[in-house]
Amino acid sequence: MSRPLRLGLFVVGAAGLGMLLVAGLLDLPRFGDYPGPYGDLIARLAVPQRHMVNTVTAVVFDYRGFDTMGEELLLFAAASSTALLLRETREHDTDDLVAGVRSDAVRGLGALAAIIALVVGVDVVAHGFITPGGGFQGGVVLASAFAFLFLTIEYRAFVGLVPMVAAEPVESFGAGGYVAVGLLSFAFGFSFLQNFMGLGVPGRLSAGGSAIFVNWCSALAVCGGFLVIFGETLQENIAERYGRSRR
Amino acid sequence: MSVLPYLLVAWIFLFGLYGIVSSRNLIHITVCVSVCQSATYVLLLAIGYRKQGTAPVFADVPSSRRVVDPVVQSLTLTDIVVAVAISALLLSLALKVHDHYGSLDPSQVSEMKG
Repeated sequence: MSRPLRLGLFVVGAAGLGMLLVAGLLDLPRFGDYPGPYGDLIARLAVPQRHMVNTVTAVVFDYRGFDTMGEELLLFAAASSTALLLRETREHDTDDLVAGVRSDAVRGLGALAAIIALVVGVDVVAHGFITPGGGFQGGVVLASAFAFLFLTIEYRAFVGLVPMVAAEPVESFGAGGYVAVGLLSFAFGFSFLQNFMGLGVPGRLSAGGSAIFVNWCSALAVCGGFLVIFGETLQENIAERYGRSRR
Repeated sequence: MSVLPYLLVAWIFLFGLYGIVSSRNLIHITVCVSVCQSATYVLLLAIGYRKQGTAPVFADVPSSRRVVDPVVQSLTLTDIVVAVAISALLLSLALKVHDHYGSLDPSQVSEMKG
């Protein structure tokens, strides 16, 4: 199909789709008049029922905990298939590569940024039930700490410092741990993923009951998943850039 | 104007779709898919918004305070995770296509011509 023809077809199709979209969207409740009732119920009940002051995280890891488990496994599947796609056909061993960063300033700043990202990541995960944050957001920040290291130190030093083979076990432990916490509820005679611990004091680190474990498990799964994804992509890139041009 | 956020949703989505259709680069297409998905974030957050509502985090606001809907916010969080997973997969597929055909332009790749 030629380019003008394709664009012409798109304009016709997009005009139709656009009209349907706008017609549908305009029938929604007007912006700023959220009618409820579910959001209001959760917002009023999360603190007395679950002792979680951050109601968004309460929905993610408690009220909708089962859905989040599916989402967790989705991320796991995506990371695993990325690794599978890239690893299967990699032709070059990445061990004999030399990275190019030689500036002390860049390396120092990279180490500093990594330390800050680690601390912020742990903080964001730990306070997930109190302030905006939680396992997903914190897991990404944790993974970025390793990205800073990867970008600023030599590849060989990085592999010595951060065993990338650990990324997959960490990811699997997180994803499996989430399911295990859910199953543990059965041992106490509750339903799947139902809270089996003391609820703690609202607004303190102890708040949240057994959802705390779920929170940390998803942090591990997200952090491990991201490490797998960018570990594989970066190794692929390095093999591409240095491995091939050196031959 | 109370319909503006909804019109923005339609605009972002169609703009991303235009990018996908007209693109000459697989990485550009991946970014356009992300643009399409961000339309859903705006839609979800716009549905749950309430005038004078604050964030549904009661760490330092009284429980009587008017808040926006926390359910759509957690759905948006889910959405972002899915978007990241899709981008990662699409990008690794793009890498493979480049390995195999030496080009990222879909019209240069015989199997994707159309």
